[in-house]
Amino acid sequence: MLAFNFFGATEGGLFDINATLPLMAIQVVALTYILNSLFFKPVGNVVEKREKFVSNNIIQAKNKLSEVKKLEADLLTQLQSARSEAQRIVSEAENESDKLYKEALELANNEANASKEKARLEIESQTSAARDQLSKQADDLSTLIVNRLILEK
Amino acid sequence: MFFNSLLTNFAALEVGQHLYWQIGNIRLHGQVFLTSWILLGALLVFISLGTKKMENDPKGLQNLLEFLWDYIRDLARTQIGEKVYRDWMPFIGTLFLFVFVSNWGGALIPWRLIKLPSGELGAPTADINTTIALALLVSLSYFYAGLSNKGWRYFEYYVHPTPIMLPFKILEDFTKPLSLSFRLFGNILADELVVGVLVFLVPLILPIPVMFLGLFTSAIQALIFATLAAYYIGEAVEEHH
Repeated sequence: MLAFNFFGATEGGLFDINATLPLMAIQVVALTYILNSLFFKPVGNVVEKREKFVSNNIIQAKNKLSEVKKLEADLLTQLQSARSEAQRIVSEAENESDKLYKEALELANNEANASKEKARLEIESQTSAARDQLSKQADDLSTLIVNRLILEK
Repeated sequence: MFFNSLLTNFAALEVGQHLYWQIGNIRLHGQVFLTSWILLGALLVFISLGTKKMENDPKGLQNLLEFLWDYIRDLARTQIGEKVYRDWMPFIGTLFLFVFVSNWGGALIPWRLIKLPSGELGAPTADINTTIALALLVSLSYFYAGLSNKGWRYFEYYVHPTPIMLPFKILEDFTKPLSLSFRLFGNILADELVVGVLVFLVPLILPIPVMFLGLFTSAIQALIFATLAAYYIGEAVEEHH
């Protein structure tokens, strides 16, 4: 083993400070550079690229969501205006039909009244005519009776 | 026979002995470098396997590495602040990974089965040199961070609420590396010693809960070290109003 070639005397103690210290420091600095180029930079690039990708996607999704909400609100107002328009048209039509119905009813009533009046008048005239004729016949008859009585005497 | 040798291997408890490497006039603790190279090698292999094929939909190891990255970023961001955490994230992350890998590697791998002529393999962070090196790097980092971000205005921090704070703030510059290094060193060494002594006394079953406790402490110490380092840097770059 390599270690055995460097075999040296034993001395030491726990707090034996020697050239191990600066060499270890240099080794750690070298390790920092090696790890930076081997680990921190490449992994950082990948992670940050992904974080950017994710945050971009989130922003896009948020934009889309707000757009959708705007469209939804737009549609809602359109729907409401269409509904009120429909209501208006329906009530207008109802009024119209109501008016037409009333007119027709009035017309029919008038006509019916007129013909009733006419019929009444006719009935009246015929009644009076019949009464006249009846009274005339009664007169004739009374005259005839009177004449017969006079003649018999 | 095998069991016997296993016992003696486990039972050999050496404190304060090192495997010395002599290069010219320089003397090094060989066991620290050996374990740190093995562990860091494993870490680098793990990381290169995980980052070999990076995809937008992470799979397998990439998931784990991304989780780790996210964890370190959160740590750095909360302590240092949104503005400059990016510059310091690799350093904080390296500290965390180095300490964590060293601690766990020291606790999980049965190093003592490998016999050395002197000293024994163990967590690199159980050596005072390693922890002081890390702590001094943290000190340099927060000075550099403060000076590079605020220029000479960095020293306003020393008299910040009132000038009475000046001696304490200066003292802090010494206590920060001291506490950082000794906390890590003490915890890891103590854990190794406790496990070692328990194994020496009762080799079976009984040390297992202590080993789990050791794993827990090791992870916590890594987190504490990285968090404090980030906090010191954050304190240095913070703007006072």
